[in-house]
Amino acid sequence: MSDDKSKISSLNVLTAGFIRQNPTFSQVLGLCPTLATSTNAENALGMGLATAGVLVLSNIFISMIRKLIPDVIRIPAYISVIASFVTIVNLLMHGYTYQLWTNLGLYIPLIVVNCIIMGRAEAFASKNGILKSFLDGLGMGLGFTGAILLLGITRELFSVGTIFGLRIWPKTYGMFVMMLPPGAFLVIGFYMAFFKHVTNVRKNKKVKG
Amino acid sequence: MDAAKLFALLLAAMFVNNFLLSRFLGLCPFFGVSKSMDTAVGMSMGVVFVMLVAGIATWFLNLLLIMWHIEFLQTLAFILVIAALVQLIEIFIKKVNPSLYSALGIYLPLITTNCAILGLALINVQNNFTLMETIFNSVGSAVGYSMALILFSSLRVKLDIEELPAAFEGMPAAFITAFILSMSFMAFTGMIKV
Repeated sequence: MSDDKSKISSLNVLTAGFIRQNPTFSQVLGLCPTLATSTNAENALGMGLATAGVLVLSNIFISMIRKLIPDVIRIPAYISVIASFVTIVNLLMHGYTYQLWTNLGLYIPLIVVNCIIMGRAEAFASKNGILKSFLDGLGMGLGFTGAILLLGITRELFSVGTIFGLRIWPKTYGMFVMMLPPGAFLVIGFYMAFFKHVTNVRKNKKVKG
Repeated sequence: MDAAKLFALLLAAMFVNNFLLSRFLGLCPFFGVSKSMDTAVGMSMGVVFVMLVAGIATWFLNLLLIMWHIEFLQTLAFILVIAALVQLIEIFIKKVNPSLYSALGIYLPLITTNCAILGLALINVQNNFTLMETIFNSVGSAVGYSMALILFSSLRVKLDIEELPAAFEGMPAAFITAFILSMSFMAFTGMIKV
């Protein structure tokens, strides 16, 4: 990081995943865990952090070995790297956060086939240096965690009236459907419509101004 | 294992635990290829095929893993074997039946990295299914997946010609449609206890 230009660009790399290229709302990748594990805020945060951890580690490692992997077998090589890190995270969660591990269940091993991780490995880590890949993984991971946490908080609030177990309004006001699978589709549909509306309004302003 | 129990397992996998609408597995193609009927049907055929083959293959693979006491490598072994297997099948079909290949061809690699396949393999193993139960569960899941995908694509074809509020066009409307479809599948909950 010697000159100003590269500093700005690495900051850009970090923040790209937050809003502009948010994996969930703008790229619509990795939907399965997003919808399945966002039943409450705690599960959502656990899933988000687990995915972010795997994403950062696999990005760093793939960037490190990117010149050693022959081009034809790069996809199986990436899958092996990602699957190894997922196995590590799975065993760690089994050991240290057992309750969360049982809640998330099947969806922890399924981080392997999360398109976000494979997508970043192919689109970014295989072409860039270690530091930038780390920043990209961190940014995308945090963007994913933010999105899934937003869904988790909304669904927990509307179904049982709490956020992280803190009571906001009485339980009788809750709609149980939010906890069930259909609720996930409804909440993400409305969030997407909201983000699309904001983008549309901004575009119209630009055209007029 | 009696026939009635196997049949119950088949129906449960198709309706009650529908892969798309209640387990949220394999959603990327659900929204990606459901824009027209043809692609949805092609994708469904591919999924039925790969799910059955992968289900059986991973059942035998799991026996090996247990024999060598390396169960913790399940995820890694399953995904690599599924990927390799799909590649082999693709080459085989290309040689033997070119017309089938042109119908399924482009969907096969897509299906490999679909979480529904790995999810099915892990569910089969976690429930300690026998080979027969594995086959029935795989077929049930695959048919349920195809049914939901084809239903959804026909809904989306209709949705395309309707006029919607600007904010809801495209993806948001698709999600709201999935919400309604998923609600209707919730009616099956509790029908079959497995």
